[in-house]
Amino acid sequence: MIKRTILSAAVGIAMFATGANAATTLEAVKAKGFIQCGVSQGLPGFSNADDSGNWTGLDVEMCRAVAAAVFGDGSKVKFSPLSAKQRFTALSSGEVDILSRNTTWTMTRDTQLGLNFAGVNYYDGQGMMVPTALGVKSATELDGANICTNTGTTTELNITDYFRSNNMSFNLIAFEKADEVVAAYDAGRCDVYTTDRSGLAAQRGKLTNPDAHVVLPEIISKEPLGPVVRQGDDQWFNIVRWTLNALINAEEMGITQANAKARLKGTENPAIKRLLGGEGKFGEELGLSNDWALNAITAVGNYGESYERNVGPNTPLKLDRGVNALWSNGGILYAAPIR
Amino acid sequence: MGIKSDTSFSLRKIINDKHVRGVVLQAMMLLLVALGLYWLVDNTLVNLDNQGKSLGFNFLQTTAGFQISQTFGTWLFDYEVGKSTYWEVYFIGIANTFLVAILGIIAATVIGFTMGIMRLSNNIVFKSFATTYIEILRNVPLLLQLFFWYFAVLRAMPGKREKFEIIPGVAGLNITGLYLPAPQPQGGFDLVLIAIALSALLVFGVRHYAGKRQDKTGEILPVFWLGVGIMVVIPGLVFLSLGSPLFWELPEFKETGSMLRRGYQPGLGMLIVPEMLAVWLALSLYTAAFIAEIVRGGILAVSKGQTEASYALGIRPNYTLRLVIIPQAMRVIIPPLTSQYLNITKNSSLAVAIAYPELVSVFAGTALNQVGKEIEMIFMMMMVYLTFSLVTAAFMNWYNSKVKLIER
Ligand SMILES: N[C@@H](CCC(=O)N[C@@H](CS)C(=O)NCC(=O)O)C(=O)O
Repeated sequence: MIKRTILSAAVGIAMFATGANAATTLEAVKAKGFIQCGVSQGLPGFSNADDSGNWTGLDVEMCRAVAAAVFGDGSKVKFSPLSAKQRFTALSSGEVDILSRNTTWTMTRDTQLGLNFAGVNYYDGQGMMVPTALGVKSATELDGANICTNTGTTTELNITDYFRSNNMSFNLIAFEKADEVVAAYDAGRCDVYTTDRSGLAAQRGKLTNPDAHVVLPEIISKEPLGPVVRQGDDQWFNIVRWTLNALINAEEMGITQANAKARLKGTENPAIKRLLGGEGKFGEELGLSNDWALNAITAVGNYGESYERNVGPNTPLKLDRGVNALWSNGGILYAAPIR
Repeated sequence: MGIKSDTSFSLRKIINDKHVRGVVLQAMMLLLVALGLYWLVDNTLVNLDNQGKSLGFNFLQTTAGFQISQTFGTWLFDYEVGKSTYWEVYFIGIANTFLVAILGIIAATVIGFTMGIMRLSNNIVFKSFATTYIEILRNVPLLLQLFFWYFAVLRAMPGKREKFEIIPGVAGLNITGLYLPAPQPQGGFDLVLIAIALSALLVFGVRHYAGKRQDKTGEILPVFWLGVGIMVVIPGLVFLSLGSPLFWELPEFKETGSMLRRGYQPGLGMLIVPEMLAVWLALSLYTAAFIAEIVRGGILAVSKGQTEASYALGIRPNYTLRLVIIPQAMRVIIPPLTSQYLNITKNSSLAVAIAYPELVSVFAGTALNQVGKEIEMIFMMMMVYLTFSLVTAAFMNWYNSKVKLIER
């Protein structure tokens, strides 16, 4: 581990020293022919690899959409599983081009780590899970609890804030990998498992007896999760940001994976034509072809389709759209217009 | 004419001069390295600047907003969220790393020597036990062993609201850790510590004197028992005459009240968390397997003639091992043993996997993720390992020079 840390530090420093100076991210990505996308080490619904190494999930599709926008082919992505602890170094050293890994947008991360958040693809909040047998109904009863979570997360800070402001004591046991957190909680090392609520829903299935646990009603933080890029490359930042906006706008306009091509041909609506490349030179302004958004949508579908497929009520995660619904449907998803 | 040929002669001489050539080549090499280094540093700064980052150690004065698992380090530095700084987090990491490293070195040495000697034993049971131990532990990756011990131990323990009592009311065990009485020194305990130090000096004196005496008269003083006597009696008398200035705080177990408050009460007694136990166990058992092989090799390297000569002089097997074989074997054992000690320290960083807050986990992990000063923090971390390695190596070199064959 120490050898690996030093090695990656050395590689990191070497990349700081040599890497990004050379070309823009878009040029570099085009030259190598694929996008390197940093994802989690296995969070069902968001980024998870199956037995044959195929990655699926909402965060994975974010990267596929960008690949489709750049190459016209959503499969031109390679994935790097990263722990919470490794992710920012991996991005800033140039090991990955996009970090799409349930990462919370905070001011410190945005301003001090040399990163930029390109948007939000899931509005979340931190929750807590306890064994039903404990009989706990509210987080305010948790004084004296042992709590398991991941290192290098906002989770560690929020839980500390929450217990401090409620004058409760607790002991935090922080593991590097999510699987060990689950295993330790499952073995009874901790009374509480805390992480993003979406994370709780995703990890619940890994417990021996998923039904013997409850998620407490309190949501103790705001966790806007979204794709992240290196600071200092505005073009790449724009590509990722507008790919996400395109997926959300597509849902608003009722453009789907199945009907996108037909809609382009059959419409006189200028907003739809602009989005799908029938009017204007929006793609060229990004350094891409004008059918960039059409390609992204045909690769993964609009935001709503991607949501339903990966984390929605019909998946094991059973997450309602809630605040992640469009603004026009009572949620807070509101993408800037393409014009 | 003569002069001209003279200069060309000396020029050729200079070019052919091995010494001069060496210096020139080395200077060129140095220049290249310096240029390379300059290029690296310059580029790093430019790239950091492009990302809007800067170099600097000011972050060390910022307070840390995260809780750290209760361990030796947090106790030693009185860690308090919102008050303690990243500088203190650094030292908490160092303290926790050193604690497992030192405990690991001690345990691995004891187990390793035992196993190494057992493997050479004529007793079939001992021998095959040691062989099996060594072959299995040496060949399974340490990380797997770490997970095995951690989760095996966790699964085997009674739950948080139950306990397994080792000494009823005094020491007990459950999934949250091992609870022991915590020593609380009262006023006057410093005097006891001074008495212990003075007694230790006295023991050294006695040993020295006994050695001299044995050289002169051949008489052997029972140094060991004398030493034990001194170490027990003198501090003991001081302790008692001061009215026993040490109080033991016992762990407390509650079986009533709210579910979360049942079980061992936080803050009472001394708690050793299971993460620490698992790291210690895994590091010691794993490294012991390597040390055992080093010990076996060292003993086999001492020629059989030495044993035979010793027996011929009528020295019993037990003493032959202790006074003849081991001292000679030590010369072979020490250099590879040193690198095993260094390995323990470095391998302790695997502990991040099971939430033991050592340096890599708490400083290069949690803290690094909050402040993002990769270069500074990794540098600080490497300095710690480097220092520890150099100190260990220096100590072992000193020891090695003490035990190595003195040729007369
Ligand atoms: N959103 C938080 C937490 C992110 C996080 O690491 N969550 C854990 C638990 S849901 C996780 O993704 N684990 C998966 C893994 O480590 O691969 C952050 O950005 O700091």
